[in-house]
Amino acid sequence: MPKIILRSPDGNLHTVDARVGASVMETAVKHGVPGIVAECGGALSCATCHVYVSGSCLERTGTAEDFEDEMLDDAAAERRPNSRLSCQIRMSDELDGLEVEIAPEQ
Amino acid sequence: MDTAETGTLIIGAGEAGLGIAVALRNAGYTAPVTISGSEADAPYQRPPLSKEFLAGEMDEENLLLRANNFYQDKEIRLLTNAHIEDIVLDDNAAGGTATTSSGTEIRFDRLALATGASPRRLPVPGADLDGVCYLRDIPDARRLRGLLPEARRVVVVGGGYIGLEAAAVARTRGLEVTVVETFERLLQRVAAPPISEFFRAAHEKRGARVLLGASVTALQGSAGSVTGVELSDGTVLPADLVIIGIGVEPRIELAQKLGLDCGRGIIVDDAARTSNPAIVAAGDCTMQPHPLYPGELICLESVQNAADQAKVAAASLLDGPRPERAVPWFWSNQADIRLQIAGLSAGFDDYVIRGEPGSEQFTVLYYRGGRLIAADAVNSPHDFMAVKRALGKGATIDPADAANVGVQLKTLIRET
Ligand SMILES: Cc1cc2nc3c(=O)[nH]c(=O)nc-3n(C[C@H](O)[C@H](O)[C@H](O)COP(=O)(O)OP(=O)(O)OC[C@H]3O[C@@H](n4cnc5c(N)ncnc54)[C@H](O)[C@@H]3O)c2cc1C
Ligand code: FES
Repeated sequence: MPKIILRSPDGNLHTVDARVGASVMETAVKHGVPGIVAECGGALSCATCHVYVSGSCLERTGTAEDFEDEMLDDAAAERRPNSRLSCQIRMSDELDGLEVEIAPEQ
Repeated sequence: MDTAETGTLIIGAGEAGLGIAVALRNAGYTAPVTISGSEADAPYQRPPLSKEFLAGEMDEENLLLRANNFYQDKEIRLLTNAHIEDIVLDDNAAGGTATTSSGTEIRFDRLALATGASPRRLPVPGADLDGVCYLRDIPDARRLRGLLPEARRVVVVGGGYIGLEAAAVARTRGLEVTVVETFERLLQRVAAPPISEFFRAAHEKRGARVLLGASVTALQGSAGSVTGVELSDGTVLPADLVIIGIGVEPRIELAQKLGLDCGRGIIVDDAARTSNPAIVAAGDCTMQPHPLYPGELICLESVQNAADQAKVAAASLLDGPRPERAVPWFWSNQADIRLQIAGLSAGFDDYVIRGEPGSEQFTVLYYRGGRLIAADAVNSPHDFMAVKRALGKGATIDPADAANVGVQLKTLIRET
């Protein structure tokens, strides 16, 4: 199972195992990692699953496009070049060890 | 009786029931928390049932709201297949005893109702034929998903969100799809005419047939399976699959047994308290004061409401301060169309259309007494976010400027 390392807004690190095909959002929420709200449950409608992908992983996840990109423009926390909506990042073996920081406000 | 069992009992293991349990734990509540739910599944998301799950893009495990070990870690006792049949309150106290249909007794000293809603049944002959489906829970969706590969002609009864979403999934699979709606327009209860007209055109453009002002008088069948849908003008639409989405009824039986005030739903105040202030209720089962016009009671059926009201209910159970209420919002995905709704448009007396509906990217802003109350944004996330923000601040957007697509809506937000 690919692992995800999340830094929650309280500064704690959480390492969780993801199912291949599950999103980063889903994995974090199911394991009770604090900080991701995910009001719409991954429907790309709420922008409350905002994360910053660590620089070294951005090439593997890719950057936000189209609708996701527009939603991020208006997210509650600062928009950065490595901002993603975590419900749109699907886990694969290639993403094992993915590091993300959960945005401080959702 | 086992006294260790007292604590909070939450009846209903859906979005609202789970939300109450989580909020209690987050607030530092350490007494036992039990969620008792009728269904076989742990709390899961319903919205994908008519969208990604139905389309086969998501499996049942994806639907679950929390992993199993979450309940253990948070010491939330989750009982599945545990339908609460009866509740008796202790004299002069908030506590009492609930009994499940298998006879198990659960003691509690605090009680929350999160019993949700059930789909309204189509009251016509033939509604129990094979091939006639409702869409509320995982077994419904599993069955429907299993029937789609065999189906050729699908009739969707009801032009609300769930019916239209299911129609879009069936049409995307290449099936012949007809949507039958009693009213003269789609989404008549929830949206303004331009949105209704837009969705009619969008579904027709994608190859579905939409019949408005048409009511179903019977479902015809042969050898126990549905073969057609009979309309009041005598037309029979051939069908091997019928999907019924004609709204929901809040589940209020237990509340009525407890003598709580009920209308269409369980009546609660803005702190999610029922007419017995020791008992709270949240989610689809409730009827609550409108956030802007508290004299009006409304039923909201959305994930956002269930989640938000659950937090409020938990705070009330603990006699804590009432959390800030969030702006109501909703979404619906139909084929490649993303509708996002901020606020509550019911009761609007004016609206402004921003953008060109034919481009499938536009927004309708709703006003009441000159005040911005809601927006339906079609493939327009910036507009949605701007209106949601404006409503959150109690601000408005001047209707005279709102149609100008050359100006970003967020720059037009004005404090009132
Ligand atoms: C197909 C579909 C698509 C939807 N799409 C969207 C969408 O896109 N966006 C959106 O915001 N909302 C959507 N909704 C609505 C949203 O899912 C609901 O508003 C939300 O699930 C309500 O949660 P709830 O916990 O109040 O009720 P429910 O989810 O109905 O949960 C109540 C639970 O209580 C249980 N229960 C009832 N009585 C008892 C009893 N006596 N004892 C024990 N258990 C009991 C029920 O079995 C049920 O599991 C959709 C709903 C459906 C069905
Ligand atoms: S969970 Fe709502 S946009 Fe990601």
